[in-house]
Amino acid sequence: MSYFSIAWQWLTSAQQWHGGDGIPVRLAQHLQFTGIALGIAVIIALPAGLAMGHLRRGGFAVVTLANFGRALPTLGLLVLIFVLTPGSPASWLVPLAFLAIPPILVNTYEGVLGVDADLTDAARGMGMTEWQILRKVEIPVAMPLILLGLRISAIQVVATATIAAYIGLGGLGRYIIDGLARDEYNVVAGGAAVIVLLALAIQGLFTLLRWLIVPVGLRRQAQTS
Amino acid sequence: MRNKSSRRAAVPAPKRTTTRAAAAGVAALACLTAAACSSSGSSGKSSSSSNPLAPSSTGSVVVGSANFPEDELLAQIYVDALQGKGIKVTPKFNIGAREVYYPQVVKGAITIIPDYNGALLTTSVDTKSTATSTADVNAALKAKLPSSVEILNSAPAQDKDSITVTQATATKDHLTSISDLSSVAKNFIIGGPSEFKTRADGIVGLKSIYGLTFKSFSPLDESGPITIATLQSGKVQAADVFTTTPQIVTDHFVSLADPKNLFAAQNVTPLVYQKGVNSTIISTLNAVSAVLTTDALLQMDKALVIDHASYTQVASGFLSQEGLK
Repeated sequence: MSYFSIAWQWLTSAQQWHGGDGIPVRLAQHLQFTGIALGIAVIIALPAGLAMGHLRRGGFAVVTLANFGRALPTLGLLVLIFVLTPGSPASWLVPLAFLAIPPILVNTYEGVLGVDADLTDAARGMGMTEWQILRKVEIPVAMPLILLGLRISAIQVVATATIAAYIGLGGLGRYIIDGLARDEYNVVAGGAAVIVLLALAIQGLFTLLRWLIVPVGLRRQAQTS
Repeated sequence: MRNKSSRRAAVPAPKRTTTRAAAAGVAALACLTAAACSSSGSSGKSSSSSNPLAPSSTGSVVVGSANFPEDELLAQIYVDALQGKGIKVTPKFNIGAREVYYPQVVKGAITIIPDYNGALLTTSVDTKSTATSTADVNAALKAKLPSSVEILNSAPAQDKDSITVTQATATKDHLTSISDLSSVAKNFIIGGPSEFKTRADGIVGLKSIYGLTFKSFSPLDESGPITIATLQSGKVQAADVFTTTPQIVTDHFVSLADPKNLFAAQNVTPLVYQKGVNSTIISTLNAVSAVLTTDALLQMDKALVIDHASYTQVASGFLSQEGLK
């Protein structure tokens, strides 16, 4: 039997859909880990990226931080923080947030930095304040890249949130880790399938979001992202 | 063969038998490469164990070890003890998993290896065995092992799964054995590797053998850092921890006794190639096993892993302390 069919069989059996180990509960836990980590990354990275892009400085810091974030072994960090502070949410939150920050920060910074200087000069000439320039000119123009950063982060985090199961927490990773430990490959395949579908759903959500909030005039450019 | 003269010097032996031992060595070496060597075991079954004074096997014996620190330490102890009796030993440590070394012992390429009786039985000798107590496991091994190999006396030392609690919990709830958990289990969250939840020697057996139902199960790792940290933090009140995990000493944990043998015995037991050992070797290894307790092994593992002492230091320290050196 192929992995697709055993995954499908597992997914469609009724017992997977209720109880503490059921897909709805695990999905909710997974989305909770993803949402909180992503939220914290947005709170840190989005304002920082906008400010550095607008002020046109800090590029070196952005690149360094991005490389640092990419090089950080998520699983290692997870275990390290867990052993230092057993049971605190920091053990999953910090590694996931570190994973999410670089794409948001880099793309926001590059997006705002890349806004045509003629546009901002014209806005300034029309008497806009710096805040108005950022809000009415730079953010809308940079929106395709900002959304790209958010999308990359969201997909990375939703895929990596599976590691929370490694330290005994819930989420969809439970299926993969428990299934492997118990030689239940249908559970592994089924759980992996749910995570793939979730990642695809997030991709779809961002496509929709881009269509809704990127100005019509920029949408052709946005296709390239 | 290089040792032939020195061996003869050490133990004055009739020339004929020495040559035969050398020939057996050649045969054993050939076995490493030749596929058909099962017959080599049939020729001289009468040599060592039936006639313990036969000098044919007082030559160099090969002491092997599996590829993890505790087994290498045990092998080092065997080497030290045997050398103390003037026996020529060739150490061959860090060979691999049982799947790798076991066939080599059966063939005689390895003479002695420290093994764990329960795991030896269920992974290499009889995968369907349900024996759990030390006596049952050893009886099953003696019945099922191929004729070319045998086990010597098991040490009291065991490296096996245990339900482990913190010293504070043990004192507060008066816990020394798994049976003592009966009144508190319903308030305890128990941790262990994922498979612990579904294994017969896990949550299932805790209920069927000891009648214990815990508040909940928390999936952790295999007696690793996650388990240690979670147990220490109090997020779980009991956890599956191996009995020789050094953190039991450093973090003050208590492994609860298992009077009903939920977990199969894992006594340290020398597995030997029958024709390669004589009475001196057997009595030396049995003397080591007699004094090797779980606590002694735990302290040595701690010295090795936490204090970074060397294998030779720890091994000779143990033997001196026990008066075997």
